[in-house]
Amino acid sequence: MADTMHAGDGQTRRDFIYLAGAAMGGVGAAAALWPFIHSMNPAADTLALASIEVDLAPIQPGQAIKAMWRGKPVFIRNRTQEEIDAARAVPTAELIDPQPDQARVKEGKDNWLVLVGVCTHLGCIPLGTSSGESKGDFGGWFCPCHGSHYDTSGRIRKGPAPLNLHVPEYAFLTDTRVKIG
Amino acid sequence: MAHAPQSNFENPVVNWIDQRLPIFTMMNKEYGSFPTPRNFNYFWNFGALAMFVLVTMIVSGIFLAMHYTNNTLYAFDSVERIMRDVNWGWMIRYIHANGASMFFIVVYIHIFRGIYYGSYKAPRELLWIFGVIILLLMMGTAFMGYVLPWGQMSFWGATVITNLFSAIPVVGESIVTLLWGGFSVDNPTLNRFFALHYLLPFVLLAVVVLHVAALHITGSNNPLGVEPKGPQDTLPFHPYYTTKDIFGLTVFLIFFASFVFFAPNLLGHPDNYIPADPLVTPAHIVPEWYFLPFYAILRSITFAISLPFTDVVLIPAKLGGVLAMFGSIAILFVLPWLDSSPVRSARFRPIFKWWVLLCLVPAFFMLGYAGGKPAEQPYVLIGQLGTVMYFAFFLLLPIIGRIEKPLPLPASIANPVLGGNAATAK
Amino acid sequence: MRRLRTLIAAGAMTIAGLTSTALAAGDVPLPPAQTWAHGGVNSFLSFFKGYDYASVQRGFQVYKEVCSACHSMHLLSYRNLHDIGFTEAEVKAIAAAQEINDGPNDQGEMFTRPGLPSDRFKNPFPNKQAAAAANGGKAPPDLSLIVKARAHHEDYIHALLTGYTDAPAGFELSPGANYNKYFPGHAIAMAQPLYDSGVTYTDGTAATIDQQAKDVTNFLAWAAEPKLEERRRVGLMVMLFLVFFAGIMYAAKRRLWSEVH
Repeated sequence: MADTMHAGDGQTRRDFIYLAGAAMGGVGAAAALWPFIHSMNPAADTLALASIEVDLAPIQPGQAIKAMWRGKPVFIRNRTQEEIDAARAVPTAELIDPQPDQARVKEGKDNWLVLVGVCTHLGCIPLGTSSGESKGDFGGWFCPCHGSHYDTSGRIRKGPAPLNLHVPEYAFLTDTRVKIG
Repeated sequence: MAHAPQSNFENPVVNWIDQRLPIFTMMNKEYGSFPTPRNFNYFWNFGALAMFVLVTMIVSGIFLAMHYTNNTLYAFDSVERIMRDVNWGWMIRYIHANGASMFFIVVYIHIFRGIYYGSYKAPRELLWIFGVIILLLMMGTAFMGYVLPWGQMSFWGATVITNLFSAIPVVGESIVTLLWGGFSVDNPTLNRFFALHYLLPFVLLAVVVLHVAALHITGSNNPLGVEPKGPQDTLPFHPYYTTKDIFGLTVFLIFFASFVFFAPNLLGHPDNYIPADPLVTPAHIVPEWYFLPFYAILRSITFAISLPFTDVVLIPAKLGGVLAMFGSIAILFVLPWLDSSPVRSARFRPIFKWWVLLCLVPAFFMLGYAGGKPAEQPYVLIGQLGTVMYFAFFLLLPIIGRIEKPLPLPASIANPVLGGNAATAK
Repeated sequence: MRRLRTLIAAGAMTIAGLTSTALAAGDVPLPPAQTWAHGGVNSFLSFFKGYDYASVQRGFQVYKEVCSACHSMHLLSYRNLHDIGFTEAEVKAIAAAQEINDGPNDQGEMFTRPGLPSDRFKNPFPNKQAAAAANGGKAPPDLSLIVKARAHHEDYIHALLTGYTDAPAGFELSPGANYNKYFPGHAIAMAQPLYDSGVTYTDGTAATIDQQAKDVTNFLAWAAEPKLEERRRVGLMVMLFLVFFAGIMYAAKRRLWSEVH
């Protein structure tokens, strides 16, 4: 009957089989779960757009463009010498998020500033890229949502944002072509 | 009602919860110590398998819905994006597409078992009726799901099946327009089918809960069809039937996986890999295999029914076909009252046993065969013969129950008077 | 148990029979069965088989030089070619050779640019209507899924491409139609696309009609079912696991129930 228990060897072998069955069931269920979860990660076509190439030739000094990268705008600014000088004149210690301008551009390409155009406060898009938009108190960008001011190096100078605008991973393929991501 | 129930679980957290909401006591009562007839054969695995497939369909469906685009312009390509770009998307989609077929295979066997062993008889009529409602919901859900990839068969299947409703006198055309949300199967139709395809499985799940609740009131039927008379006739559900169900599940999964991984398109139609085109009808429109028997019944009514000796048409052929098709499901609802025999299991019903095996089962396969063929001879005749056999099976049950002399029933499950093998599960 | 298994097997076979027999068509001969390295996209007993990538690559060349003049493959991107053995640089070059329409730019104008690996295969026609207008009123079908979208799959595509003959005496061909042994109704709008040495293979394979047809069919099979090898590989592991699991559960069930019987 059901309540009969076998002693000795039979007992342990039986326990082992139940344990093995339960373990395999658990492992199988966990393994089956992974494909479903992984399906929510970026798909191959999304990953194929993870890097973009941008032609810099049409951007005149003093001008900036926006490019779409991974669903977010990237600001690319061809800075004038005055703007570079302004950015470098500020003592680093005075900054909210201290970082020298040199660390935010590629060496020898000091005029090219490439930034992820998302305010580090709460994710709005700062103004200042297109001509006619407010560039804020420091000649860079101004976020209209909560009044964060960024300078000509994209560093936070005034307002609630805690960090400088992010510099994405990028590389110059040629003098006028840059690969972002 | 006011006092907290006594719970005696070792784990204090479990105990704490159980005293406030006795779900652990309930689970233990319904799935742990639940007294289950000891003589189930493997046909009794199919209820648990159906439950497993339903959960699989809901889970895979939710993940597919995260990637699917519900618009006629993008639906087809979004499904192909799932197949090509989404991580493991091909597997999830093949699981879902073949899972529908698995669901019907499992449920048809489950229904066959219910008929063969008389599980629909008192006191389990309501349990049976919930089951038929589940079947109807499954059919609706499967039909609308097949439309979503927006291939040629999706589109033309939807067109043909929704047009069935135009057979209804007077209001038919208005109903079809209402179903479509336009003047043909189009974007509004796809949108509502997606909404309903997502909703209905949860309705289905709710009916499954009722189905199982009703089962646990009456207890399970068994291959002998005699009620358990005491503890010697039953076993606790756990571990005996949990273990057996999991073993059955592994065997079923081998079957399921062989389709998903090695023949994922075997049960599908090549035309559904062609994007829907409202200007080109495929040479042969065939529904998915699990609808073929009912499709054959629909097509078998090729004649109008007139007032005798006059030309006054009472039921045109089109309406007749639709009535016959819906009637083939509707008749299942009244099966418990058509069968007049007090004996449940076909094992003790010499005529009924062969009536099932030689009339109902062949009728089902004949109809399935004819439904997949073009509407020409001899297939129409095979379909008509199958239709007659299908309905005859049910309509002659009252007579069979009266003329049949059942074999003597065993005294109890534990003491079968007939053949020692009747009570074992081997 | 045995009875149940027989029942299930019989049911599955019936179902398979039902779906396949539904496709038999009129007086068109069945396409002759060919041997495919991958066994066929719908082949069941090809657990260990995979694509012949040398042939798939040659098939891409045939598609590019012959078929792509009229047939789109809009579900494929140039980046997918990496999966059939082209290097990243080769994929980039193949993509860049195409002029892709893009836009609108800041001035609101559409423009063309060299293709990128992330671009879809370029469509030979701007839209379906243009494709139909340029091809006697019927747009050439997209080939992305053609192998899965036709009964008999690879065998049919190969048979169609090699099935051009003169119309038998008495067969009325409407103007613009061509006779093909394997096309339903025999009158096909597509003129014979493949000719001996119609392409020049870089790997030195002799470009007979049959060879080109096989190669392009292999390419189209891969395009229709790119995950075929992954599917079979995962399937084998799943099967192995399940068979072992089923064995353990059977032993567990037997042991448990031995106390009852």
